[in-house]
Amino acid sequence: MTDPYQDPLTSSPLLEVRDLSKYFALSSRWLSRIFTRQPRPVLKAIDGLSFQILRGQTFGLVGESGCGKSTVARVIVGLYAPTRGEILFEGQFVNQRNHRFSRASLHSRMQMIFQDPYASLDTRWRVRDIIAEPIRAFKLAQSRAALRNRVAELLLQVGLSPSDGGKYPHEFSGGQRQRISIARAISSNPDFLVCDEPTSALDVSVQAQILNLIKELQRRLGLTYLFISHNLAVVHHISDHVGVMYLGRLCEVAPKRILFSQPQHPYTRMLLDTIPDLSLTGRKRQPVTGEVPNPINPPSGCPFHPRCPVTNERCQVEQPHPGASGESMVACHAVEENRLQ
Amino acid sequence: MALLEVDRLRIEFPTRRGVLVAVDDISFSIDQGEVLGVVGESGAGKSITGAAIIGLLEPPGQIAHGTIRLQGQQINGLPNEAMRRIRGAKIGVIFQDPLTSLNPLYTIGRQLVQTITTHTDLTTSQARDRAIDLLNEVGIPAAKRRIDSYPHEFSGGMRQRVVIALALCAKPGLIIADEPTTALDVSIQAQIISLLRRLCQEHRTAIMLITHDMGVIAETADRVAVMYAGRIAEIGPLRDVVKNPKHPYTVGLMDSIPVIEEENDELAHIKGAMPGLQEIPLGCSFNPRCPDAFDQCRRERPDLMPTGNPNQVAACWKYDGTTNND
Amino acid sequence: MTINRTSGRKGGFGHWVRQVADHDVFYSFTRSPVTMLAAFTTFVIVFASIFAPWLTPHDPFNPASLDLMEAFTPPVWLEDGTWKYPLGTDDQGRDILSTIMFGNRISLIVGFFAVLLSMLIGITLGTVSGYVGGWFDVVTMRLADAQLTVPPILIALLVDGVARTTLPRELQEEMAIYVLIFSIGIAAWPQYARVTRSGAMVERNKEYIAAARIIGIHPVRIMLGHIVPNVMGPTLVMATIGVALAIIIEATLSFLGVGVPPTTPSLGTLIRIGNDFLFSGEWWITIFPAVALVVLVLSVNLIGDWLRDTFNPKLR
Repeated sequence: MTDPYQDPLTSSPLLEVRDLSKYFALSSRWLSRIFTRQPRPVLKAIDGLSFQILRGQTFGLVGESGCGKSTVARVIVGLYAPTRGEILFEGQFVNQRNHRFSRASLHSRMQMIFQDPYASLDTRWRVRDIIAEPIRAFKLAQSRAALRNRVAELLLQVGLSPSDGGKYPHEFSGGQRQRISIARAISSNPDFLVCDEPTSALDVSVQAQILNLIKELQRRLGLTYLFISHNLAVVHHISDHVGVMYLGRLCEVAPKRILFSQPQHPYTRMLLDTIPDLSLTGRKRQPVTGEVPNPINPPSGCPFHPRCPVTNERCQVEQPHPGASGESMVACHAVEENRLQ
Repeated sequence: MALLEVDRLRIEFPTRRGVLVAVDDISFSIDQGEVLGVVGESGAGKSITGAAIIGLLEPPGQIAHGTIRLQGQQINGLPNEAMRRIRGAKIGVIFQDPLTSLNPLYTIGRQLVQTITTHTDLTTSQARDRAIDLLNEVGIPAAKRRIDSYPHEFSGGMRQRVVIALALCAKPGLIIADEPTTALDVSIQAQIISLLRRLCQEHRTAIMLITHDMGVIAETADRVAVMYAGRIAEIGPLRDVVKNPKHPYTVGLMDSIPVIEEENDELAHIKGAMPGLQEIPLGCSFNPRCPDAFDQCRRERPDLMPTGNPNQVAACWKYDGTTNND
Repeated sequence: MTINRTSGRKGGFGHWVRQVADHDVFYSFTRSPVTMLAAFTTFVIVFASIFAPWLTPHDPFNPASLDLMEAFTPPVWLEDGTWKYPLGTDDQGRDILSTIMFGNRISLIVGFFAVLLSMLIGITLGTVSGYVGGWFDVVTMRLADAQLTVPPILIALLVDGVARTTLPRELQEEMAIYVLIFSIGIAAWPQYARVTRSGAMVERNKEYIAAARIIGIHPVRIMLGHIVPNVMGPTLVMATIGVALAIIIEATLSFLGVGVPPTTPSLGTLIRIGNDFLFSGEWWITIFPAVALVVLVLSVNLIGDWLRDTFNPKLR
């Protein structure tokens, strides 16, 4: 138990984002734009996010659809260039200006697992070629035999058999495809994996298998995860720290146990009240109201204020900024002013 | 007498490589005002069962044998026109995707009024008043104004409320809800669930709630039927099935769901995956994944049998010889 | 992992045969007698064309073997007909059956390679347009739109005409077939480009492409390795119908006298030659090549239709 990855005292942030933002310019026809003289509408998919992920730990990101959590994943792995802000990997800036160039060294160390087990594998490739794609790209195998052995080893590692390598993706069930996807992600020996809703397309009994596999690989390979999900129970199960997102912003970041036992932000509290009461404890819950507003036209001030039970005038005009509150970071005027409870 | 009785229903899909049995001899009933949750993984046959009850089985699917009775009257095998009347008047339907359940070209008011006048004797203006009442009841704010809006002007959650209003138009005794909350966000899901529960209590409407999400069932259902590979593995009252499942599949299913109250490093899980329709094993269809399987399980298919709990039955040889009087 | 994974040896010829016989495409083929007939006819024609030099009773291109005395011999079942020339001879005494077999050969070669060229241009431009987008996409697609407003036959005529005038006279006959392939191929690329582009735009947003991009695979390799194989399907179906179309365009051009020269006649050239004698009683010179053309085009087209229906039931 002297594994340094497991010891929180020696943990340092592997990944840190500062003030990360990604805006999408929505295309309207330039001709009508010229005639109406309206500015191009902008979707602020993520707006001023800051958090860090400790080495060997899992950072869970929860939120409802449209809150921008998938955009966070895609910006971090470099599929989108951020509009503003910085990403630091092992304390080094991931240079935005020369995005592609500086990314090259990072590619093998940062991989991603996707949501849809049917779209994430090229159906025309054999499983062994899918898994070997990163190994070939980074020239990690010296010979054909070494490559074959490595693929077989990876297949075993994710609970498949080496003979599955000769098959095509359509011969596998959703859960097995997700295993193949995981094998591809870990084939370049990455340190950091972004998991974007990896189990939400799976049935529960299979979800449990995949969650166990993800945890087991973390233990065995010392991986660090950014785990994105809309399912609070899943995030609770897998994460060490949790961030709650609403309309492109982080409402609350806290160690898992604290977030689930002492939620502070009103949105976090509301989300926790939506968790189905599977233990049939009959615990009292606040009825949930309202819907997520259109992110193109978000409310002024705190984006949550129209649904918030403790809102006041300040919330309607002034955007709250994350501030420390106990062990948590909370972006809420009410928490700051101690108006809660 | 039960409101809906399904007796030894078997649904087959003839293909050129042989007949696929999607639903295999299932029997259950729903009482008036009761919510029966039907839970199972994708491909377990739960949606097909729902479609068969409302007479909307996609060809080549067909009912091979068995009966479906509504208020004692057999409704399977009825001519299309008769079935269409029953579908609107006696059975309401809520599907997963609210966008496809509504016609995008008509205002929701027009769709509601049309449904109401088809199935009741109300005049158009009375029907409009009733439509506004319904929209109020399902929680659409400013119903009087919103009634003339088109489906696309509503958000996903609001649309699903409209679909529920549509299903309630003719005050049916039974609503078949097929994954009504799956396409919705968690916060909206919770609202729709509590709406369904409230309506069910107020109108004494029975609901057959089909979902893959045990959480939704736990929040809504009175009784639960667990389906696996075209068969019912277990039926019983919600509390008994959730707290004290009898069938090994239900046990594994409940254990594999992560819960906040518990802190464990590893989730229990069932090994393997549910077999496809063309590869259902001999004997009990769960036997290759079952930790308790013995010889009989690999040879003979178990029927629902008593488990010692008077209301809970399970299709498992473990309970062979058990009686409910023990 | 799964329970019902069939064990036992996979692979081997027997396995392959069983797989083909069990496949839905093969099944739908056996259920469509028209398609089977069309496939059989196409096979016979292709076979006869490939082996024409060995199968034909006469060599129609060897002037030494031609006998002008035997010109205008009618088909065998008419008076003066002889088994030596089952379908009669033309004005120069060439055996009609042999010239049709050689004519088919040229028609098929031009049809096949013209479509290949269209696909090469269309798939390349379409994939880059769909995957990269931006100004390249705008330019390419406007170009395609512009070309689609003009019938392909006019484009082919235009390209053909320009190519002919720029070539030196002595090369014209030799190069005629390449000019034909080029002009017909140029005429048909926009439809392939459009289909490929829309396919590429769908694939581009799928997660396996994201996975390849995260690994840092070069865009060209992503397009060649992932996008093209996944969008090829519909274009192959189109290509079959395209072959029939290309054959018709070739026949039309040759009929108009701007195709292959009369010394190595294609079906269109044969029809043109015969056309002069249609009303003087020697109808067989033009009718038999015309029938051969109809049968060939119809067969290829029927196969194309069947492929389209089988692979894309929505288009039916």
